[in-house]
Amino acid sequence: MMNIHAKAILIPDDNVDTDVLYPGKYLNVLDPQEAKAHLFEGLDPKLRDLLKEGDTVLFVGENFGSGSSREQPATAMAASGVRAVLGKSFARIFARNCVNAGMPAYRNANAVLAVKQGDDIEIDIATGLVTVSGQAFPSEQMQPLPKEILAAGGMVPWVKENLDKE
Amino acid sequence: MAQTLVQKIMSRHLDGRDVVPGEAVMLPIDVVLGNDASINGAIAVLKNMGVERVFDPAKVVTVADHFAPAKDVKSAILLHTMKQWADQQAVKHYGLGKGGIEHTVLIEEGWIVPGSVIAGGDSHTCTYGALGAFGTGVGISDLACCLALGEFWQVVPETIQVVFKGNKRAFVTGKDLILSVLAVLGVSGATGAVLEFTGEGAEALSIDERMAVSNMAVEAGSETGFFPADQITADYLEGRTTKPWSAERSDADAEIIRTVHIDLDTINPLIALPHSPGNVAEVREARGRKIHQVYIGNCANGTMTDLRQAAGVLKGKKVHPDIRMIVVPASQRIWRQADQEGLLNIFAEAGAAVSMPTCGACFGGHNGVMGPGERALTTTNRNFKGRMGSAEAEVYIANAYVAAASAVAGEIVEPQQVADHMEVA
Repeated sequence: MMNIHAKAILIPDDNVDTDVLYPGKYLNVLDPQEAKAHLFEGLDPKLRDLLKEGDTVLFVGENFGSGSSREQPATAMAASGVRAVLGKSFARIFARNCVNAGMPAYRNANAVLAVKQGDDIEIDIATGLVTVSGQAFPSEQMQPLPKEILAAGGMVPWVKENLDKE
Repeated sequence: MAQTLVQKIMSRHLDGRDVVPGEAVMLPIDVVLGNDASINGAIAVLKNMGVERVFDPAKVVTVADHFAPAKDVKSAILLHTMKQWADQQAVKHYGLGKGGIEHTVLIEEGWIVPGSVIAGGDSHTCTYGALGAFGTGVGISDLACCLALGEFWQVVPETIQVVFKGNKRAFVTGKDLILSVLAVLGVSGATGAVLEFTGEGAEALSIDERMAVSNMAVEAGSETGFFPADQITADYLEGRTTKPWSAERSDADAEIIRTVHIDLDTINPLIALPHSPGNVAEVREARGRKIHQVYIGNCANGTMTDLRQAAGVLKGKKVHPDIRMIVVPASQRIWRQADQEGLLNIFAEAGAAVSMPTCGACFGGHNGVMGPGERALTTTNRNFKGRMGSAEAEVYIANAYVAAASAVAGEIVEPQQVADHMEVA
């Protein structure tokens, strides 16, 4: 169990693409600390202000993160204190990038419908079980492999562990 | 066990063991691709992993295309670092003037054969489905994992079959075929699945047009978009590659989760309206809308086929005085071929600017970025808000006939309005 308390940030729109999450002109910015300054720029830059205090969890709509393979949306979120993203559904590459960044993306439509902007929530990062206003919402479980990568803390530590075993 | 094409490819890469949709596997790759916008991030991740050498230099390709030629100092550093790293690792590098846009280059240069697995640090790696290969896009962490281990984690996809029946009408191209699919599936209808294009209408397409179709498979959420290899594939690969391959297709009784039927005899030129590739209409519904820039190029539609279509419309005509028209041949080979055929001169005489191959303005990088209140008509693959620059710009996506005809008219038109007397290729 890895229960944490976090503030909910709600982005209810469907089909939020990675171009609005992180515009293409900043693809030459590699450092997530620097990339943070451009997160959400095409969507609503004010969302960045909600990320300034402590741990947060994003609650998002259908097909979140569609489009480009750019990893900055996921790494800039993780660098900004986002601990998990719970969505109705995700685009494939974005969900992979989240797992690889050690910040899980869980399918959990009921939680998205139940949460309100700024709610204090509790979440088990390892399983995605989230409690909103006293009510528990289990997330759809991941396959063993991405689970293992998450448990290791992301792709870098996971590859390191695997190379050490060899 | 009856298997789909994607199951067969994955199973063969996993020493013949059966795989089922939904299962996550570590999938060995045949080619790993990085560009200047992705490989530098992957190099940094690789360093954090403590990995000094790539798993197999012969399977790694790097291409300078996104910010090439360098648009600013930051990009110059990325391009320089990529080249240095490629030399140090002894991996193939296609620099400015020697390659072009990655997906076009890898297909032209024989890196891709049917049944192979390609992971690329670019979402349009799905273009390789045109040759019956499992090409799929990944982020920089996965890219680094591929460089380190020669494999990446992948969930075995379901299969959605798209059956194109009948014959294309005049001025209808591969672009319209994939837009017609997006009109049915929407932008997430194929998440967790691959698309498999079949039927007489699919089999009749050239490799250029198959590339146009496969390229936008990801716009439906799909992992890749396959054209099972056939004689057209074999003819294309003849003399281009020495890699062994064999033609494969899904078993007749394999599990297909959905079949989409498209009757080509009913399809007219289509257009994706702002701000989604799934926002598809017939071109006539957008007729008369004023535009400011026409852009023909990108990894979807910067092929010889596209350039010939555009030149056919533009020959002897002038680009409207209010329009900036930019033509971006997708590779150095295409640029030279277009030059030999006199197409570049047709564009120049018409008042269009011909560029070197680059991803450029397609992703809002450089070389034709859009300002607020402006409209672009492009042959590219994405028209998300802000995609080509300003969030107050609009991007319309259509085929090269529509783009060229609209450049002449100064507004969105159906190609036959401009090209009544031209010969249709």
